[in-house]
Amino acid sequence: MEEILEVYKTTTVENVKVWFEAAKVEDFPKNGGACIKYKEKQIAVFNFERKNAWYACQNICPHKMEMVLSRGMIGDQAGIPKVACPMHKKTFSLESGENLNGDLAPIATYPVKIENGAVFIGFEE
Amino acid sequence: MKKVVVIGNGMVGYKFCEKFAASEKFNDYKLIVFGEEPRRAYDRVHLSEFYDGKTAEDLSMSTATWYEENNIDLHISEMITEINREQKTVANHRGDTYSYDYLVLATGSSAFVPPIEGVDKEGVFVYRTIEDLEATEAYAKKLKTQGKTQAAVLGGGLLGLEAANAVKNLGLNAHVVEFAPRLMPRQLDKGASDMLQAKIESLGLQVHLSKQTKFIQGAKAIEGLQYIDDTELKVDMLVVSAGIRPRDEVAREAGLEVGTRGGILVNQKMQTSDEHIYAIGECALLNSMIYGLVAPGYDMAEVAVNQITGGNNEMPEYIDMSTQLKLIGTEVASFGDALNEAKKEVDEIIYENKRKGVYKKINVSKDGTKLLGGILVGDSSDYNSLFQIYINGMKLPEEPEDLILGSRGGDGDGLLGDVMDLPDSAQICSCESVTKGQICGAIESGEANDLGDVISCTKAGTGCGGCKPMVKDLVNATLKSLGKEVKDIICEHFDYNRQELYDIIKVKGYRTYDEVLDAYGNGDGCEVCKPVIASILASLYADTANEEIAIQDSNDRFLANIQRNGTYSVVPRIPGGEITPEKLIVLGQVGKKYDLYTKITGGQRVDFFGARLDQLPLIWKDLIDHGFESGHAYGKSLRTVKSCVGSTWCRYGMDESVSFAIELEERYKGLRSPHKIKGGVSGCIRECAEARCKDFGVIAVEGGWNLYVCGNGGANPRHAELLAEQIDNETVIKYIDRFLMYYIRTAAPLERTAKWLDNLEGGIEYLKEVVVNDKLQLAEELEKEMEKLVDSFQCEWTQAIQDEEIMKRFNHFVNSDESDDNLVFVPLRDQKMPQQWK
Repeated sequence: MEEILEVYKTTTVENVKVWFEAAKVEDFPKNGGACIKYKEKQIAVFNFERKNAWYACQNICPHKMEMVLSRGMIGDQAGIPKVACPMHKKTFSLESGENLNGDLAPIATYPVKIENGAVFIGFEE
Repeated sequence: MKKVVVIGNGMVGYKFCEKFAASEKFNDYKLIVFGEEPRRAYDRVHLSEFYDGKTAEDLSMSTATWYEENNIDLHISEMITEINREQKTVANHRGDTYSYDYLVLATGSSAFVPPIEGVDKEGVFVYRTIEDLEATEAYAKKLKTQGKTQAAVLGGGLLGLEAANAVKNLGLNAHVVEFAPRLMPRQLDKGASDMLQAKIESLGLQVHLSKQTKFIQGAKAIEGLQYIDDTELKVDMLVVSAGIRPRDEVAREAGLEVGTRGGILVNQKMQTSDEHIYAIGECALLNSMIYGLVAPGYDMAEVAVNQITGGNNEMPEYIDMSTQLKLIGTEVASFGDALNEAKKEVDEIIYENKRKGVYKKINVSKDGTKLLGGILVGDSSDYNSLFQIYINGMKLPEEPEDLILGSRGGDGDGLLGDVMDLPDSAQICSCESVTKGQICGAIESGEANDLGDVISCTKAGTGCGGCKPMVKDLVNATLKSLGKEVKDIICEHFDYNRQELYDIIKVKGYRTYDEVLDAYGNGDGCEVCKPVIASILASLYADTANEEIAIQDSNDRFLANIQRNGTYSVVPRIPGGEITPEKLIVLGQVGKKYDLYTKITGGQRVDFFGARLDQLPLIWKDLIDHGFESGHAYGKSLRTVKSCVGSTWCRYGMDESVSFAIELEERYKGLRSPHKIKGGVSGCIRECAEARCKDFGVIAVEGGWNLYVCGNGGANPRHAELLAEQIDNETVIKYIDRFLMYYIRTAAPLERTAKWLDNLEGGIEYLKEVVVNDKLQLAEELEKEMEKLVDSFQCEWTQAIQDEEIMKRFNHFVNSDESDDNLVFVPLRDQKMPQQWK
């Protein structure tokens, strides 16, 4: 099962080779998230409307390996944008991917850009 | 860089690494760790949980990457067989050598197997490692296929009882066989042992005391135990848990000094007879003792780290062996000189309550000023306070019996008087060795500002967690003494508690989360404050969970309960548990159509499991077309009102409990509250509806109904308390209206009614004043608020399937119609269950 995690590697803006047009801005709930599919990947995308910021990360929670993070609640911890997994409320930084309330492995994060009302996610391949 | 080689990767060996990694001088050293077991260190104290479904990974002391992240070389499945003290090297079983500057022996112990004839027979096991447990489990499985079910555990000490629990969890009949005339002979006296024995026998285990085994019966495999008194016990399996033997072989061969009965001799610095070699944990012989508890082992690890890095910490000459634990579901604690082994002049004070299964004993000095030790069985909630009084030699109350009898009528709190009376040296968290001085100091220095800060900078309360209430009291008292306000705020985004937010939102008339956050909060909110405010908005305006989806708790957002593989369960409302055969057939058809795992719930309804997110609207459309509506099983809201058949059918029934249960469930359905609410109605005092386990329970009696409130099942079961007697239907509703609204207004987030009542000053008597006698002149207002909520009820699933926008929420992907391909189900008793990944 661990091999599923291997698919997800943090991508920084500098390393983006493909900007994938995932969906339109209005397809995502305000101040919430939804899941998109890119090749074999499931990616959670979050719209922080309050501060006009977008974040993306793997949809799989490394705790129990369920494809659920996009269904979690978002918010911040001391200014760091985070998502709380709906299963056991494990929280992860959407900037560094770090598990903020435990020792779980960090999650992979991906860059997001908005152009002409469309949401693009950056991948290395 | 100096090399530190650690032999042994058990709990203490790991703790040594953890403490070393946290030390300031860590970068000057390189740690190389050898463990002979095939996995990294795991929690042996909770080994029996392996049979409760915990995996080796769950029991692990650290994450898989921890050693690597800290640049520690971990060699597992590698046994060190030789130490060359002259060359300062160690060699493993393959002959590879490694050099060291310091060597730490944390080789632990092995199970002691008494030399009884026949212990080598098939079916005899020890209880020490995960491999032992796996072998035991495999054998137990084999036995069960042959219809054999009897298993004995040799040893009625702490570990033996743990092992017996494990054997019971394997589905076998467990017999505990103890040589001494009582259980846990090193910790308990006869009275305490009797109480513990009664408790565990009521759970189906059998105890055989004063039994010495002569030999083990059986040709090839074990068939029974033959005692020296010529009696016998026929068993098919034996787990030996009769004590431990320190693992000192390597040390012995290297010429290090060892004790006559084993154990590597160490001084107070944890140094062996070779100053470059340390020994810690159960292999070390300190103060002429082998310490078989984990806490002293951790202290030894700390001292060894400190010594190696140039410090001068030492182990004390007296080490406290007080212990508090849960054995086979029974709380057991013993502290100080519980058995008066020092043979001092003492007064014993004993409280024994066979009805509740509680035994408490304290030894008090003859002059009544000092607490010397004690034992608690069945209820160890006062352990922390008693232990502090004992270890700090604090003054006793005028009547020392108050220590175990409590303040009679109170809840036993305040035994200590004021926590601030403790000396600074008082150890509050024994797992992490944190003193009162460190906890208060962290706040006084400004390093910490609240409980969370204190926990993260001192690590207090991060072990077993038993000291947390005391840490909290200390934090609050210190803050108060510094003139800082102690506030129970809901989270970092709001400086208010739930009741204050409720009042603010009501007075200001806010309708959205963002309005509240902009005006009274800061930041972007979080998973704590969002659902709290969603719940308050729902309670004030009868909003359904479809109103503002991004702030709804995850289950409310999808109007279903998320289950372990990320699929959902579906529960339609069946008020009072009454259902026609036609509707029952519909449920069967729906379950079949979507291939859902189907189960009857404790609340008298039907639960469907394994629904994919995208299937939820389809399933609900079918249910709603046949007259069902949401059961709110996912919400912090009314779940069910359970009923017995009552006077309609039952020959004992005093009143129509089903009719009344349906009326109550219809009235309060959809009501959002600080936590879930359950109700029950019984037609007579036989109480078949278990109404007194509910947040509100109604029981028919001569002349009307008795109304009980604030009960619950769950982790801390509580019977509901009597609010009013012999009242009619109308009055029951009036009182429940007032009671529920008052609870909704004033409770903390996720506080069930039982806990709320505990925290309500004046308790049930005060609640009666408010609800029955209308002391606060609120009754009319509360009833009106409830009436408004009842009148505006809407089924949120009916709402959802009629709205295209809401329906979009249930697609797994926003850019594809596919469903989650990560889901795998496996068969289970003609139905299905999720494939377990982890």
